[in-house]
Parts: sequence; structure tokens; C-alpha cells
Amino acid sequence: MTDTTGTSVEVRLPSRLGFEKVAMATAASVARLKGFSDERIEDLKTAVAEACINAIEHGNHLNENLSVGIILSTSADELEVKVLDNGSGISKQPPKPDIDRKVHGEEDPRGMGMFLIQALVDEAEWVHDSKGKGSYVRLVIRLDKENA
Amino acid sequence: MQAETKTTIDRTSGSNGASISVLRFSGDISSTSKESVLGAWQTVNGTGPVLLDFSKVEYINSSGIALIIQMLMEADKTGQRVAAFGLTPHFQKVFTMVGISKYAGLFKDEPTASASL
Repeated sequence: MTDTTGTSVEVRLPSRLGFEKVAMATAASVARLKGFSDERIEDLKTAVAEACINAIEHGNHLNENLSVGIILSTSADELEVKVLDNGSGISKQPPKPDIDRKVHGEEDPRGMGMFLIQALVDEAEWVHDSKGKGSYVRLVIRLDKENA
Repeated sequence: MQAETKTTIDRTSGSNGASISVLRFSGDISSTSKESVLGAWQTVNGTGPVLLDFSKVEYINSSGIALIIQMLMEADKTGQRVAAFGLTPHFQKVFTMVGISKYAGLFKDEPTASASL
């Protein structure tokens, strides 16, 4: 395992669906260097993908002139991923998806992204830049959860 | 960047000899997969039990999950039973988290999934 403590990796993606895979691969590489298990790396990949898709679709409205920033930072026992876009962020958390309502046509079948992010990482927060320069989602996975 | 979704349609038999349709997906299941996924479903809609084969799927995101839920909506309307197999352990966990496992049994392999129908 490589000592990654205190390191930071940055990636910029065009706001085009599909490029979230670049962020997934980068996050997986850093998490692997940090010593996370395959199961946690898969969790992180899905959370990062959903955060990037939200940034591309809802933050930057698929405007390819805008980019999505990914900043991966490590400390002794955790990996933090920030996904930044030019949008105004979310005003409130959507309700938890209800599969019965979805299957019976009472709720949009979409709208699982934020739920998955929250379910798959140890910490997730959506932050609006008070200077109006965009927003970001911050995800954290912790090594101590590996043995939980 | 996104791998094209390909769907092939097979037939197999359940443990009681009844015919089962099998939708075999490959590539990614994402927002660009609507025609491939829901188009394939239309060919089996109302025909009896259906197996969903994910063993050659590389990537599924929330838009892809929404397409799978749309198949389950159609199955619910016609009373068709659905089972899935070939998911990685991670996507078995994700499908269970979002509740898909309530409407489609998740199995390790095709024989086990077929036997459930």
C-alpha cells in the first residue's frame, strides 16, 4: 500500500454524461492506494458517479462549456471527495424513494441518486457556495468502517 | 464514454416446463439505454415470466435503475413475475437498497433464477 496521507488529486470533467466514469476510476485508484476493500471501493464508485451525474445534469445543465471539478483528499483514516459544479445547489433533500409508489406509478421512477450517495458513504453533505460561485457535494469514506 | 446497451431475447423453460423469456443485457445501463431496455421489454410484455440477465453488464447508474423500475411497473400491471441474475455483489446490494428485490428476486445464476419462476 502506498502512503497517500495528506495528498490531493484533482480532475476536471466536461459536463457530458459518461465522463463520470473518469471520476469513478480516479476515486477507485486513490481508494485502492489508501487500502480500502473492494466492497468499499465499489460503494465509493457508485456514490461518486451519482454525484457527478447530478453535477453534470442539474448543476451545469449539460453545458459542455462548464466543467465539473473532482477533488480527492486523503488523511490518516479517510478519503474525502468533493464534486463541484456551477449550480446553486439543492434547496432541500428529496424524500426517501418509495419503491411501492414508484412501481405503482405514484412516484417518478428516477430520483435514486442522492439516496444512493447517502446510503453508500459514511458522510455526505451538499454545500452551497455563499459567494454564488457554485456548489459542491462532499463525500467521505473512512478506513475504520472497514472493520465495522 | 458510455458503452452501448445491447439486449438479446431468449426463451428458456422453468422447472415446471413453462416458457420463460430471458432479456440478456450487456454494456452499460444508463440514461442512453431507454430504447434498448424498454424496447426489449415491449416484446415480452404480457407473455409470462421474465428473467433479467445482468451477467454482462459493466455499469448501472440511477438512470439505469429507473429503467429497471419501469420494467417492473409494466410487469406489475400484467401480473408477470420477474427474477434477475448475474448481478455483482455490489449491485445486488444496491438493488436491495432501492427495493427492487421486493419486486424481482435476485439470484446468483440462471438455473436458480429460472427455478424461482
